[in-house]
Amino acid sequence: MELVCPAGSLPALKAAVDNGADAVYIGFKDDTNARHFSGLNFNDRKAQKALDYARDRGAKIFVAINTYAQPKGWARWQRAVDLAAELSVDAVIIADLGLLNYAAQRYPQLPLHLSVQGSCTSAEGLKFYHSELGIRRAVLPRVLSLDQVKMVAEQSPVDLEVFGFGSLCIMAEGRCHLSSYVTDQSPNNSGVCSPAKDVRWTQTEEHLESRLNNVVIDRYQAEETAGYPTLCKGRFAVEETIFHALEEPVSLNTLDLIPDLYAAGIKAIKLEGRQRSPAYVAQVVSVWRSALDSFANNPEKFSSKAEWMQRLAKVSEGSQTTLGAYHRPWQ
Amino acid sequence: MKISVGPIYYYWPKQKVLDFYQQIIQTPVDVIYLGETVCAKRRELRSGDWLELAQELCDSGKQIVLSTLTLIESRADIATLKKLCAQSPCLVEANDMSAVQILTDNNLPFVAGPAINIYNAQTLQLLYKKGMQRWVMPVEINRENLAEIMQGAVEMGFGNNIETEVFSYGKLPLAYSARCFTARTKNLAKDGCKLSCILYPDGLALYSQSVYNKSVYNKSDYNKSGCSQGPQLFTLNGIQTQSGQCYNLLDQWPLMHKIGVDIMRISPETEGTVNVINQLSNYFSGEPIDSPLTLIAEEQCNGYWYGMPGMDAVTG
Repeated sequence: MELVCPAGSLPALKAAVDNGADAVYIGFKDDTNARHFSGLNFNDRKAQKALDYARDRGAKIFVAINTYAQPKGWARWQRAVDLAAELSVDAVIIADLGLLNYAAQRYPQLPLHLSVQGSCTSAEGLKFYHSELGIRRAVLPRVLSLDQVKMVAEQSPVDLEVFGFGSLCIMAEGRCHLSSYVTDQSPNNSGVCSPAKDVRWTQTEEHLESRLNNVVIDRYQAEETAGYPTLCKGRFAVEETIFHALEEPVSLNTLDLIPDLYAAGIKAIKLEGRQRSPAYVAQVVSVWRSALDSFANNPEKFSSKAEWMQRLAKVSEGSQTTLGAYHRPWQ
Repeated sequence: MKISVGPIYYYWPKQKVLDFYQQIIQTPVDVIYLGETVCAKRRELRSGDWLELAQELCDSGKQIVLSTLTLIESRADIATLKKLCAQSPCLVEANDMSAVQILTDNNLPFVAGPAINIYNAQTLQLLYKKGMQRWVMPVEINRENLAEIMQGAVEMGFGNNIETEVFSYGKLPLAYSARCFTARTKNLAKDGCKLSCILYPDGLALYSQSVYNKSVYNKSDYNKSGCSQGPQLFTLNGIQTQSGQCYNLLDQWPLMHKIGVDIMRISPETEGTVNVINQLSNYFSGEPIDSPLTLIAEEQCNGYWYGMPGMDAVTG
């Protein structure tokens, strides 16, 4: 299985390649990608450098142009596809139907991957993207159980990539407007979830409080670890109880599932985190490289090593990991 | 301008659903959407019942549209979808690309529901070529972008061949998840959810901690605080998360009319839906009514339409 790793900067890209990434996905420096944060991502010069570095070492580069093209900015999304094609990257990852159509018509040789933001969870949906737009691969949303992933894989007309590790979206990706309801920005319309511009931290005598556009997302006691105020991971009041009403702040970790995913015919594992540091990328990629190599060398005897799990737990949100939706009872 | 009633997002007992539609066909509504769009486990009405109901309502003089499930997870979901698409006596609203594929495979026309991500005229054109007759705008799009998309569609030569519908009243469908939040609140696993969402015919209220504490322990203080965000943040409805407040664009109908919107959608609630339809219809015919923002006594919002946070209430 191909290991697809995140990079939000050139140092992170080098960390990914040096630690064993088969492919690295990057975004351009604007709202055409779903990690549109200041100080992150690649202009055309940096993208060329990234490509050279990766190619010299046998790694592929994918470009994520995975937000929905806004009507006023259509030309910007088109340019992003043009630039990716000029660079002859190994694939572009797109969610928007109109943009996929543009790329397919204009650059028939450019491999297209359907982004997780495309929110496609069935073989029938994938057939549409395959027959109409010629996609070669799709990234599945993190909402399916392992059995459901297997069913999709059995009938899918294209290769499938699934998330292996990183922050966990519990909503179907591409179908969540929580962020734009509370702020004015969402992954679909701006490439951002819970934008930093709206985050406020206040320390009172009783607690540390996080707010998003003035809405309290969580309150932490002194002994608690505070997390970034993402709406689906806050503590809210429902029926007189204050709790993580949607999701606890945990990371997805599917290291244990490598044999199952392989048996299901999954072609690539994606690691989340283009917003993360080069050190984080190095750590996570190197653990996953070891695990995939260990599985390839001796599939029957594969089991996750405690050391891998410890190293991943250290960099996880809330220091906890979960199998996410892959593990049915979780739902 | 036409008025539609969207699919019922909540889990209501069968008789309540049947009674609701008997009431709705007596109103001046033009289009009625029906079907299960949130959770495949809900069984008060099974796919056969929805088909039967659709058939029955076809004689009411209203346009009937069968709505399909939004988050497709299993082969059983696909089987149901195929059955509904093949046997529907009326137009079908696709809420997922699986449905778009099944309908286009059978050369059937369709409505693209609000969960199909259409953010530009290019996407609209692709779906139009595949048989889309109408689209329901994704709820977070603002009025300027909507006008641009529609203008673009006209310039591309197909804008006048499709209808545009805007979610104009009700709790906004904001997110879909594999997890059931109603079951989570009840401390139940999703597989053993006991269909507990039937206990909440208008969804389950979720509050921010600060608002909650104030409203419970010092209600008068909360009211004085003048918090413009309103007390309820979200509404939990099984695997769907809705806005806490009621979205209300009713007073925007002249602008919608001007930019070419064809249909305004009202989303069903246990109370007041008939009233809202009647008032909007009166509004169209020029009869004086109370300010639409005070149609029913509830916190309301309209921010998305103005390019603001969805929960904001913009006046004037």
